[in-house]
Amino acid sequence: MFARIVWLVLRKDFTVEVRSLEIAYTTVFFAISCVLVFAFALVQEGRAPEGGAAGILWVAIAFAGTLALGRTFERERQSDTLRALLLAPAARPAIYVGKLLGIVALLLAAELLLVPLVAFLFQAPLLVRPGWLATVLLTGTIGFAAVGTLFAAMLVRARSRDVLLPVLLYPITVPVIIAGVRGTAALLQPEFDPGIIHFWLALLVCFDVVFVTLALWTFEPLMTD
Amino acid sequence: MIPFDTLVVDDVSRHFGRRRALSRVSFHAGRGTILGLLGPNGAGKSTLLAVLATLLRPSSGTVRYGGHDATARGASLRAAIGVLGHDLFLYPELTARENLEFFAGLYAVRDVRAAAQEALDQAGLADRADDGVAGFSRGMRQRLALERALIHRPRLLLLDEPFTGLDDASAAALGRRLLTLREGGAIVVLATHDLDIAERLLDRAIVLREGRLVETVDRPEALRSVYRSIMSRPDAASGFSRTDGA
Repeated sequence: MFARIVWLVLRKDFTVEVRSLEIAYTTVFFAISCVLVFAFALVQEGRAPEGGAAGILWVAIAFAGTLALGRTFERERQSDTLRALLLAPAARPAIYVGKLLGIVALLLAAELLLVPLVAFLFQAPLLVRPGWLATVLLTGTIGFAAVGTLFAAMLVRARSRDVLLPVLLYPITVPVIIAGVRGTAALLQPEFDPGIIHFWLALLVCFDVVFVTLALWTFEPLMTD
Repeated sequence: MIPFDTLVVDDVSRHFGRRRALSRVSFHAGRGTILGLLGPNGAGKSTLLAVLATLLRPSSGTVRYGGHDATARGASLRAAIGVLGHDLFLYPELTARENLEFFAGLYAVRDVRAAAQEALDQAGLADRADDGVAGFSRGMRQRLALERALIHRPRLLLLDEPFTGLDDASAAALGRRLLTLREGGAIVVLATHDLDIAERLLDRAIVLREGRLVETVDRPEALRSVYRSIMSRPDAASGFSRTDGA
């Protein structure tokens, strides 16, 4: 039952997005613009600052992710369909997980474009260890989206939701951004040290477990009142 | 789904911070009843509907659905409740059929496709089933939204201003549908401003003002005079029915 509701919500979000492509276009356009601006500002005479690529990649993911989160729930607000989801006899955490997976999928798709772009513009060997990079990006994206999905759902009826979402989201996801940046930067070092990667990955996994659990636990009471 | 034949609201209050939206409201409704919630804007009608829909918990008091309490039987109780809000709860990017199949799936309806087709027939939208809802008129959306709310055959139907924006033909069709539901034994709770519709459809009505239940009207023919009398009191808020002489 839980998995069926997750699948229904995810499939519905996917169908709606494929029809409009509104969030995909705005998210990808914003993320690419962000990377280009940083590239123009920081890359001088063909040389990028050391470690800059990892930072720019995660800044673009965080900013684009915030945009995607806001738009995803704005869509549910327009016809009050979030209320309709909450009225269904489905487990409410399943609705949260469905929305979370949709946002994670969208951000991962954006990252597929961002990674080669950042690697090219900042001449960074991001694709040398693709498995490790994918793991860091996946765990980091889940952590960021887990907190963001909960806050975006909570704020859906708040008048100043566009302002409040980043104000609430960024301070709490600072550990994810730091771990993501440091983990990605470690992958760019000429001498690969698995111990460092393991450390940052462990931090990301811990964050994911804690915040997904907290969100599953608090989603129903937060959305009911 | 939990079957129930009565809805009992007992001394329910709801506060938002220091603001009192509902204050010690009590009433009951049995199967095959259309109960009206009347009152000016801000009277507490939508808050009461949200409490009945289990979206809001009462600050005090209880709502009982047959022998069941909302707090104890959340999801299984929601399976017996249908809600048509002022917003229609439809995804404009999806087709009529996709909307119905999505909600039928959420409500664990056994044969999703058959239920969606039956709902489309009932709404008179079978020939537009695969068109996007974004291209529908207000009346078409309203009919579709009502069938969406009924797709799981609820025992309790909660309607918030369902006649808003409908032309006469659509309003008459919606009225006929509600009467059919009443004959089928459903409990219908309808918030409206329209005294013409209220007189025609309601079996009983409660009048709310500033969160308080100020009158229960058991005779529809007396509704207009009772309502006008209440609203003409000095502290009455303004702006409601098109037939109240305003």
